[in-house]
Amino acid sequence: MVQTLWAIGLAVAFACVPALAARAADSCTAFVGARLIPVGQPEIAAGTLLIRGGTIAAVGPVDAVSIPADATRVDAGGLVIMPGLVDTHSHVGGGQGGDASGPVQPDVRILDSINIHDAGFRKCLAGGLTTLNIMPGSGHLASGQTVYVKLRKAHTIDDILYRDAGGRPLGGLKMANGTNSQLDPPFPGTRGKSAAVVRQKFVKALAYRDKIVNAAGDAEKLPDRDLELEALVDVLEKRKIVHHHCHRADDIITVLRLREEFGFDAVLHHVSEAWKVAPEIAKAGVGCSVIVLDSPGGKIEAADFSLVTGAVLEEAGVPCAIHTDDPVTDSRLFLRTAALAVRAGMTRGKALEALTLAGAKMLGLHDRIGSLEVGKDADLVVLSGDPLSTHTKVLQAYVEGRKVFDRDDPEDRLFAVGGFGASRDQRAESCCNGPTTVGAMR
Amino acid sequence: MSSGRRDIHLEHLAAAAVGVCLAWASLCRGAETLVVRGDVVHTMAGPAITAGVVVVEGGKIRAVGPAATTPIPPNARELRGAIVTPGLVDAHSVVGLSGYLNQPQDQDQLDPVEAIQPELRAIDAYNPQERLIEWLRGFGVTTIHTGHAPGALVSGQTMVVKLAGTTADAAVLRPVAMVAATLGDSARATGDGAEKKSPGTRSKAVAMLRAEFVKAREYARKRQLADESKRPDPDLRLEALGKVLARDWPLLVTADRATDIASALRLAAEFEIRVVLDSAAEAYLLADQIKAAGVPVIVHPTMRRAGGGGETENVSFETAATLQKAGIPIALQSGYESYVPKTRVVLFEAGLAAAHGLSFSQALAAITIDAAKIIGVADHVGSLEVGKDADIAIFDGDPFEYTTHCTGVVIDGQVMSTEPR
Repeated sequence: MVQTLWAIGLAVAFACVPALAARAADSCTAFVGARLIPVGQPEIAAGTLLIRGGTIAAVGPVDAVSIPADATRVDAGGLVIMPGLVDTHSHVGGGQGGDASGPVQPDVRILDSINIHDAGFRKCLAGGLTTLNIMPGSGHLASGQTVYVKLRKAHTIDDILYRDAGGRPLGGLKMANGTNSQLDPPFPGTRGKSAAVVRQKFVKALAYRDKIVNAAGDAEKLPDRDLELEALVDVLEKRKIVHHHCHRADDIITVLRLREEFGFDAVLHHVSEAWKVAPEIAKAGVGCSVIVLDSPGGKIEAADFSLVTGAVLEEAGVPCAIHTDDPVTDSRLFLRTAALAVRAGMTRGKALEALTLAGAKMLGLHDRIGSLEVGKDADLVVLSGDPLSTHTKVLQAYVEGRKVFDRDDPEDRLFAVGGFGASRDQRAESCCNGPTTVGAMR
Repeated sequence: MSSGRRDIHLEHLAAAAVGVCLAWASLCRGAETLVVRGDVVHTMAGPAITAGVVVVEGGKIRAVGPAATTPIPPNARELRGAIVTPGLVDAHSVVGLSGYLNQPQDQDQLDPVEAIQPELRAIDAYNPQERLIEWLRGFGVTTIHTGHAPGALVSGQTMVVKLAGTTADAAVLRPVAMVAATLGDSARATGDGAEKKSPGTRSKAVAMLRAEFVKAREYARKRQLADESKRPDPDLRLEALGKVLARDWPLLVTADRATDIASALRLAAEFEIRVVLDSAAEAYLLADQIKAAGVPVIVHPTMRRAGGGGETENVSFETAATLQKAGIPIALQSGYESYVPKTRVVLFEAGLAAAHGLSFSQALAAITIDAAKIIGVADHVGSLEVGKDADIAIFDGDPFEYTTHCTGVVIDGQVMSTEPR
């Protein structure tokens, strides 16, 4: 009798598993009545955003989107919904790159060192960030491989990686020039030496690549694997983008020169003095990821920092993202940095794009994220008001349709506002359990 | 008010009187008549005035009121904007001592050689040509409390300056405002051989400070002895601490951990000195005690970084509001930044505080009249009132909105900028 009950119980339990899974995958939610900021498309004053499973199923004016019978309807009237923010340059998670052994360490991967329990991840969500490029620092010419992560509820770093079709983690290569990477030997002491060291490495990588090509698959002829050169070949073959720290106008031009010589893809990061050389950057067709600071200075490279950089780059036609460089600026105030760029002349549309789609393009992830478009991942933020207002709060954040931040939750609120314990490591949550929850809006 | 500033004003008036004003055109503007109109004028000395006007003569405010009923001098230069406020007052900064390049040659805010140096004067290090002064002023900041920085047990004196003038003497409003002290981790000795220097612990730091105050009290007593031969030789360090003991100068105590805030309150009680708490990241844990001690708080920049495991790890956007609700006098500050950005802007810090529990007028007060009171210059600045210095900020919208611009800045009646920022 007992055995029979057990058997029935197990049967019921197993039957439920596929049913639950199917429901999670197909669950449909309609956010109705919100002002939608799709990015790249005109804003919709009162719209419906439909998400099914983890992706966006429909975006349009309220009267143009029919709500399926199985959808959970969420009244979002008076609120604003925009894509989850994309930060092209973050240091959240305490990750490290290369050590003091040398200036060029492209074999080092930051993903091997990130603390997924870092409270910084929770603060990112509180700021509406759902995708990050986590970078090693700028104290090397090449400090290591960066990693692109999607801020799912995660148990390990592996849970949040973006991967290519072959399952390999996606990321770029962090490089730097200027003063940060000028140190005592074996590091370079001048700008000229810095460029020479980089050129020498790339020349080696070209030779290494040629050996591989010439071996034509013959194991006997293949060179010994060299992880440093392998990473540089990924760069030369444009499988990895170079994310290049540079501030001063001449350092920016040096990056463009190296890029021209070796033909890699690059994004220029920080670019304090890009406003001085915007036409040259535009001509090279290279995008910039801009930092927006409260003042110039703090180091010589940032002496001529200006709030107008975003506006000048926009005017010149340069693709422009904005980043946090967290902890240099606070991820919870990412929207604010775009607002300050608007204050200094950037258009509202381009500034909001700089927080989302422009960054997604620089990471090569724009087919999945960066705008509210049918078929893209349902990564979105729900705001209490206009994204550029001081008073606006991030109320909720969703990743792949799953709620990952809710300001009404006291624990989430702690990370949004700060207070006792807001910087302590947090127990990581399982990535794949639990229902897709959609809470009531304020 | 320093005699230097007063002299300059008299000089302008005298020059005008003898008709050489054209030759002095750039300097004379302080004496020119100016009319500032605002859709709303926040005087911070009463209700906001709709369609208001501020009339300026001789560097002072001569009239404030509704434009319809206020006599307006003819042919005066006019500025106008959506919102007019008093020039903003930054209750604690290091601008002018901690230069924007952040290189050894422009960093004068901290001498790490000795732990206790209250004799160091801010005016001897203030650089009025510092580029960040123009930066802050562009956002409407007209007065800052600046000087020696947090980071040593007693780092030196602070002062109050206007963000105008080509010399420190011309800029100064109050040559000595406070003596800057720090309790907590950042007060530990640094530099070469730091591990053998004091203070190495929190308890040692407080013990050193108490010993120095005891010594200063004894010094002050002996300096008053009838028998001159028994008086000690003059000692600038003990003289400065004597000013603190005499309650002439407050002790500005930078403390973030609740432990260190409690130590500051204990010192205030023991030596009956005036303490102003600075930064005070965990002040919300001790609001009742701070209130009971009657100690004002110059709250850390709202955007102060938490770091990880550092003294500000428990920092909150809501601290200013929490303390305000508890009835504690507060002001906001741009603070000290050791890297990028080299300074914050107190306007932005107040804006974020207004988004986290302070009302608009409370937040504006925290960077105008309330700040002026805490740093001891409310007789001159912080509100738009007849007779006060004509320090005015003009905005094209809500000053706390990120996308609003500051469109005019006036200091002592002189138009410093009209370029929108």
